[in-house]
Amino acid sequence: MELNAIYVLVAREFKKFVRERSRLVSTIARPLLWLFLVGAGMSRLISPDAGMPYTQFIFPGILGMTILFSSIFSSISIIWDKEFGFFKEILAAPVSRLSIVIGKGLSGTVVSTLQAVIVLLLFPLLGFRLGPVQILEVLVIALAMSFCISTFGILLATFYDSYESFSVIMNFIVMPMFFLSGAMYPVKLLPDALALAAKINPLTYGVDALKNVIFPPEPGPMSADFSLMTDVTVIVLLSVVFVTVGARLFERKA
Amino acid sequence: MAIIKVENLVKRYNGLTAVDGISFEVEEGTIFGFLGPNGAGKTTTINVLCTLASATSGRALINGYDCARESSKVRKSIGIVFQDTTLDKDLTAYENLSFHAHLYGVKKSEIRGRVHDAIRFVDLFDRKDDLVKKFSGGMKRRLEVARGLIHRPRVLFLDEPTLGLDPQSRANLWEVITEMPKKHRVTIFMTTHYMEEAEVCGRIAIIDHGRIIAEGSPDELKKTVGGDVISLKTRDNEWSRGEISRLFNIHADEKEGELYLTSNRGDACIPDLIRGLGDMVVSVKLQRPTLNDVFLKLTGKAIRDEEGSGMSSIKEEVRAYRRRH
Repeated sequence: MELNAIYVLVAREFKKFVRERSRLVSTIARPLLWLFLVGAGMSRLISPDAGMPYTQFIFPGILGMTILFSSIFSSISIIWDKEFGFFKEILAAPVSRLSIVIGKGLSGTVVSTLQAVIVLLLFPLLGFRLGPVQILEVLVIALAMSFCISTFGILLATFYDSYESFSVIMNFIVMPMFFLSGAMYPVKLLPDALALAAKINPLTYGVDALKNVIFPPEPGPMSADFSLMTDVTVIVLLSVVFVTVGARLFERKA
Repeated sequence: MAIIKVENLVKRYNGLTAVDGISFEVEEGTIFGFLGPNGAGKTTTINVLCTLASATSGRALINGYDCARESSKVRKSIGIVFQDTTLDKDLTAYENLSFHAHLYGVKKSEIRGRVHDAIRFVDLFDRKDDLVKKFSGGMKRRLEVARGLIHRPRVLFLDEPTLGLDPQSRANLWEVITEMPKKHRVTIFMTTHYMEEAEVCGRIAIIDHGRIIAEGSPDELKKTVGGDVISLKTRDNEWSRGEISRLFNIHADEKEGELYLTSNRGDACIPDLIRGLGDMVVSVKLQRPTLNDVFLKLTGKAIRDEEGSGMSSIKEEVRAYRRRH
């Protein structure tokens, strides 16, 4: 593994992220729209004895959404790089495919976690009280799930060569992942088929881990669906699988 | 010493034989030209040498390392300038080169100095902090050449380096390229289909249908075409033809009112002709064979203009436009 390559891939992503103002603005705007437009409207439909206000319920989901979108976006940029030739520069370098996958994965991790932190700062507005330990836990989970989703995005990127496929990925993979992650409604309330889909969705476990940490510990209809242990185990295992398979696919396709 | 050694290289894919058992060697410190029409196997050969594709059979060594089994060492020994730009347009010139230096494991303390030297070498120092998307085609190509040198490779591959450039940028780039073997102690392996540009090469191999059909220095190759051509305008072609035949025992062809004759030493032949024909001569022209003639004779066709890059740059612009909207 080449640390120099991993470092420079992350540095490039970070530099471009800071430079692209529009990406920063939409980072902040999208969660606000969901929390205060969708969340506020939906909370009128939900009975007050469900355990918590709907705007509170979707907060972990919105954190998850922020991570989902920015991780996928960061990884999908590989397709852009392929299209505009830059990827050849990376592939021709004396660098193992594993380092490239890890470097790109960490690139997504850094920018996604940064964006998640910005959204996390909204918690007092929603009536949460989070202590320093909880905040630290949220950060660790955000890091792990960002890496998991980013490496998943890299897998996607190996199958597509032109960025026209971007909207396909957004509509048929990313949006369903979001809706079936327990972000909008508890997984236990879903009909069987959808619950199954939710259970094979990597994002579900990230969102669930955040619920485990952010929500009060008393169980209720809106609380987490799995144990924190399960969530973390699934995230770590999936990350290992995505990295290994991603490196293999790169080896073959490039 | 041969820095590149290729033995019986074959590359097949999808039932197609792109490279059909080629062998050649490239001496260290020279400029080697790899010429051929579109689809002749040039880029496939480069891809195998650069370890981006694996050979079906045969062997390729660069700097003593096997391209198939020691790809990492081969990659460290080579720099590549691809046919299409591979720069990150959203980074500055400096950032692109520094990215490359990190990627190739150049020591951190040396990166700044090396990047500055390389950018100065291609005369882009005052633009080093500009985003690459503001660069012209010629500047981008020069920057890519600079980037290819950052990790001090032993061999630099240039795939159609001047394709799509205007004459001035082309001249600029050639100045840079011809200086490189001495200044950077690097061997250059280049493909081109601009025959006049191949003149700077020490040695040339011509490839067609996956096979090398001729190899040698530009002069050696030109000799195979069969000498210089002299064309003459005279007051009386019929009479002059007879005189030429009588005096020099050379047969002259008449085409469109001019006489054509071939000679191994055209320059030395002209004074004799004029002495022999006296004031019947109106004008004399000497044409030496070009590499184009060599190419024409060997492949039966003039080397085609490659459309590939032009199209892909249009495609690129359309896509960039759509991305913005």
